[in-house]
Amino acid sequence: MKNVRHLIEPKDLSNSEIMELVNMGIQMEENPQDYVNLCKGKILGSLFFEPSTRTKFSFDSAMLRLGGNLMGFTDVNTTSAKKGESLGDTIKIMGAYTDIIVMRHPKEGAPKLASEYSTIPIINGGDGGHQHPTQTLTDLITIKKYKNTVSNHTIALCGDLKFGRTVHSLIKTLARFNTKKFYLISPKELSLPKSIVNEIKLNYDIEIEETSELEAVMDKIDILYMTRIQKERFFNEEDYIKLKNSYILTNEKIEPAKKDMIIMHPLPRVNEISKEVDDDKRAIYFEQARLGVYVRMALIAKLLGAI
Amino acid sequence: MLTVNGINNGIVIDHIPAGKGPRIFNTLFSAHVNSPVVLLMNVQSKTLGKKDIIKIENEYNFDLNLLGLIDKHITVNIIKNNKLKEKINVVVPKKIKGFIKCKNPRCISHTDDYAIPEFTLISSNGTLKYSCSYCEEITEYKF
Ligand SMILES: [Zn+2]
Repeated sequence: MKNVRHLIEPKDLSNSEIMELVNMGIQMEENPQDYVNLCKGKILGSLFFEPSTRTKFSFDSAMLRLGGNLMGFTDVNTTSAKKGESLGDTIKIMGAYTDIIVMRHPKEGAPKLASEYSTIPIINGGDGGHQHPTQTLTDLITIKKYKNTVSNHTIALCGDLKFGRTVHSLIKTLARFNTKKFYLISPKELSLPKSIVNEIKLNYDIEIEETSELEAVMDKIDILYMTRIQKERFFNEEDYIKLKNSYILTNEKIEPAKKDMIIMHPLPRVNEISKEVDDDKRAIYFEQARLGVYVRMALIAKLLGAI
Repeated sequence: MLTVNGINNGIVIDHIPAGKGPRIFNTLFSAHVNSPVVLLMNVQSKTLGKKDIIKIENEYNFDLNLLGLIDKHITVNIIKNNKLKEKINVVVPKKIKGFIKCKNPRCISHTDDYAIPEFTLISSNGTLKYSCSYCEEITEYKF
């Protein structure tokens, strides 16, 4: 359907559109009272074909802060999709009841399919392990807020860089904004796929250094982005236990880091960041979750044509 | 040597790698063709050593993209009134919809009837590699 904008993956937005959303999100965070009626009378359809409380609440909060309303489901068992209805039909019907849809779906590519049948904007709230563009926007608004710009930083990404495809889109998106240098920190078994390393080297003038040691780079980085290492990714328990401990962040490990370095994490964490780190002012992962609401507000408002 | 008459009107699919003829016919034509069909197998070929040939009388419908997907050596001769009207070399399709299945088990295309992925060619060195329009995973195609 033409003339309707969707957000299925970060590539759907140009660099200037991303910055427009980030800057608008920051304005909304600073002056929330100016936007309380911006989407009054509009309804967000919140279609969670798989549960994700965090993402759902973040969108709910965003729509409510814009003065809009919500309807939807978080349990696919209560919907006709369970009875074998095609997503295309569900979306056409929801398009008549709501003004914009956020959907989360366990199958990869489901939001793209939905967008093919939708007359209203679709926001991908995560499709399997495929794409999660509003997480990327959340990461960018956080970097902008805490480091003043999204460009020219030395960024370390640590953990599972192989299977975490939302990390892949984050890296590709950061690359579009002139990152100075990437440190890719992971066990060899979980390193970033070569195709992505090559894609970045081919298209951008960004230094990339791969290492398996977090401590070695701690004093060189502006941003440390931690991710989960999932147990299922390992062939045996022994490897998992050995490796996971070397990627757990503690106060001792961040001791040599720059005073204005920031520590980010998409949450929920398992144990890759010790609770003691939470009190360090460089730990901003809860702030990151909070800022995610405002960039989602900006996104909803933009896709509804309210800004 | 075995001799088979040519056709007066129809198509000749030539330079099929030896052994692939029956499957190509079954996959692409058997459902809708009622006209006479000749399938030649293991014919001597200058370029391929051995090849298969399919001749279909009174038939002009064929999907050039699908033939290109199967093998890039295939040629199609269009015969009208006993004369070679056109000779077409197939090309590996850059985009293809509805013939390949996505190999990613988590892809929406396996559970939703409306989801027919369009595949985009990303590499044709050796095997053909296509990326799925829904999940972006790469599927290697082998006929
Ligand atoms: Zn797929």
